[in-house]
Amino acid sequence: MTATTYNDASHEGEPTGFTRWLVTTNHKDIGSMYLLFSLAMFLVGGAMALVIRAELFQPGLQLVDPYFFNQMTTMHALVMIFGAVMPAFTGLANWMIPLMVGAPDMALPRMNNWSFWLLPFGFAVLLSTLFMPGGGPAGGWTMYPPLMLQTGTAFPFVIFAIHVLGISSIMGSINVIATILNMRAPGMTLMKMPLFVWTWLITAYLMIAVMPVLAGAVTMLLTDQYFGTTFFSAAGGGDPVLYQHIFWFFGHPEVYILILPAFGIISTIIPTFARKPLFGYSSMVYATASIAFLSFIVWAHHMFTVGMPLAGELFFMYSTMLIAVPTGVKVFNWVSTMWRGAMTFETPMLFALAFVFLFTIGGFSGLMLAIAPADFQYHDTYFVVAHFHYVLVTGAVFAILAAAYYWLPKWTGHMYSERLGQWHFWLSVVFVNVLFFPQHFLGLAGMPRRIPDYSVQFADWNMVSSIGGFGFGFAQLLFVWLLYKCIRGGQQAEAKAWEGADGLEWDVPSPAPHHTFDTPPVVR
Amino acid sequence: MTAATAMPLGGRLAALAAALFAAPASADFGLLNMTQGVTESSREIYGLHMTIFAITVVIGVGVFGAMVYSIFRHRKSRGVTPSKFHHSTAMEIVWTVIPLVILVAMAVPATRVLIDLDDTSGSEMTVKITGYQWFWGYDYRGEDVQFLSRLSTDSDRARRLDSGVRPASVDNYLQNVDQRLVLPVDTRIRFQITGADVIHSWWMPDLGWKKDAIPGYVNEMWTEIEEPGVYRGRCAELCGRDHGFMPIVVEALPKAEFETWLANRQASGEGMTAQAEAAPETDGELAAR
Repeated sequence: MTATTYNDASHEGEPTGFTRWLVTTNHKDIGSMYLLFSLAMFLVGGAMALVIRAELFQPGLQLVDPYFFNQMTTMHALVMIFGAVMPAFTGLANWMIPLMVGAPDMALPRMNNWSFWLLPFGFAVLLSTLFMPGGGPAGGWTMYPPLMLQTGTAFPFVIFAIHVLGISSIMGSINVIATILNMRAPGMTLMKMPLFVWTWLITAYLMIAVMPVLAGAVTMLLTDQYFGTTFFSAAGGGDPVLYQHIFWFFGHPEVYILILPAFGIISTIIPTFARKPLFGYSSMVYATASIAFLSFIVWAHHMFTVGMPLAGELFFMYSTMLIAVPTGVKVFNWVSTMWRGAMTFETPMLFALAFVFLFTIGGFSGLMLAIAPADFQYHDTYFVVAHFHYVLVTGAVFAILAAAYYWLPKWTGHMYSERLGQWHFWLSVVFVNVLFFPQHFLGLAGMPRRIPDYSVQFADWNMVSSIGGFGFGFAQLLFVWLLYKCIRGGQQAEAKAWEGADGLEWDVPSPAPHHTFDTPPVVR
Repeated sequence: MTAATAMPLGGRLAALAAALFAAPASADFGLLNMTQGVTESSREIYGLHMTIFAITVVIGVGVFGAMVYSIFRHRKSRGVTPSKFHHSTAMEIVWTVIPLVILVAMAVPATRVLIDLDDTSGSEMTVKITGYQWFWGYDYRGEDVQFLSRLSTDSDRARRLDSGVRPASVDNYLQNVDQRLVLPVDTRIRFQITGADVIHSWWMPDLGWKKDAIPGYVNEMWTEIEEPGVYRGRCAELCGRDHGFMPIVVEALPKAEFETWLANRQASGEGMTAQAEAAPETDGELAAR
């Protein structure tokens, strides 16, 4: 290796063009590929959402067959969860964790390459099922048997795709843990790590714990279908509810996998633009760990209506309500960080503030859903749809957008267009509320989720929601345009692109050179 | 905040929609909240819903109020110098303990309602509900009255892709059935709920609950309806292609009228057995009916 720390000419003889990206072991290249892949999947999954909202624009079936509608709801969820949000976080981890802990690269660079390149193949398999005889999976992303067993040719392909995506996630997580635990710069103790690194460390453990559980559940589906087992068939002594227990034992930690790195991002951005240190760093770490622990003992709140024994219902109601405590600590800490700061409102900060407002609304509806008797009404309605889109779209997706704006100067070396960014933010934040807020009303008024058509009393709010959906969807094209412009050129970014920014990533030039921290920095 | 931005926009769009599609008169921007229902349990559930909602509103006003105040006051453009504080054990204990106390206070009534809903003893009659793809079967246990309940024919025609029938022109579009589940008021009724093929969920908002209909399981639930009337619900668990097209209609009759209905039904001798054995019709046959 070259002795010069930041020398872009050091990779002479390395492949160029497509081969460079195919064989790269560089965390920055792989991070960029993850992020661009996730953006592509975000648009694909978004297009599916627009099919859903277009059909629901008015009562009656105008556009698609109900079975195709069910394929859209199923695939929208799978693509957004496994294709958009999780790879976006892994991309951010790849780019930022080595820079934040002062490491030259991820601990396992070749595995890093493989874990990315599994994704395009996994999604090629998953998306190809839409064109198979009998269509794609239509039993919901939760894939409950016996309904899931009615899937046509697509069935084994879906399960294979999930295995591939799961392997990718597990390898990504191993890499994150190995990097964080072994490659921190001298002096960077665990309790000095940036919160994004902390939240990712905990997320990675969650993923290693639960992705194999999902793999087990879908494999049992596979053997039920093709090899005569009856794990989930009551006729053979099995139990359809067992699947739900296994699935949600994976599924609830999974939703925290989708939000914990977002907490880390928000805890990075708010101090920067408030020009004030994060309030309660250590309680943030402990709150994250508490949420991760609780995530393993709340799963059956997704199943309050399956007919559990009273003791089970009570246990899962209490444990679920408890999650409000550490989550509340986080929100209070963010507000206290803002308090008596000197805030400015560039696009990353706007998205971060919108996150705190709107994620909290999602948290409130979550607290309502925890009340088991009330959940007998809320369960499987649009109220639930509104809840999880508040935490996943205005939560996870807004945090990812905030992170993208925040670190784009570091990645590209250019400042993005603040004017376009502000347009993107304001259009997104208005339309996303037009899209999802009325869904609370629809659910409370009696509209179930996953239906392609509805009775006429639900017509008004559905129309409003669909208009919001199209507005929000097309507003994201502004981001694509902004991103294109920012990669191509723009005002030169300084090493420390934001006045109040703190952290090792701002010590390296912008754009970050291909190789950084060949010599580890020393953290005081 | 968000409702306020959506409302005027929605109003204008509704007017536009009325012009373009002759939007149904029954469509309603006023449908915002959960029904109180017609049983004691449903009112208790509504009460829990409103209590927890009120709690979140109060906390929300506090948190969002502090944020908005901070956003306006603590901004660099006002020339403030940022404070340096980053820790306060006292505050952190306060905002850990207070939410805990609120949660315990909320858990008490929730537990009471849950225990009450769980107790299906003391019932005066039992109805077995079976979910099929995609209709419901009802069996009045010990009364020899059984029937299937499907989406009404006019809704079924109108809901076909490109049917050319405006949903608003159909009586109770997608929430009408050929045979209603007739129940007596002021009677403690136990339901036994199961599924024949895949998992369904029997949801009647006016009774306050839904319960999954699972193959191989018999779930129990109970109700005591207080007011005669017609109540409409639907399947709540994704159960395949026509999940959205298997509504539930309960007709609650005064006790005497219910007895008459039951006697007539028994006299007519329409058992369900023959129907249930028959394979579900194909789409073509359904459409032809």
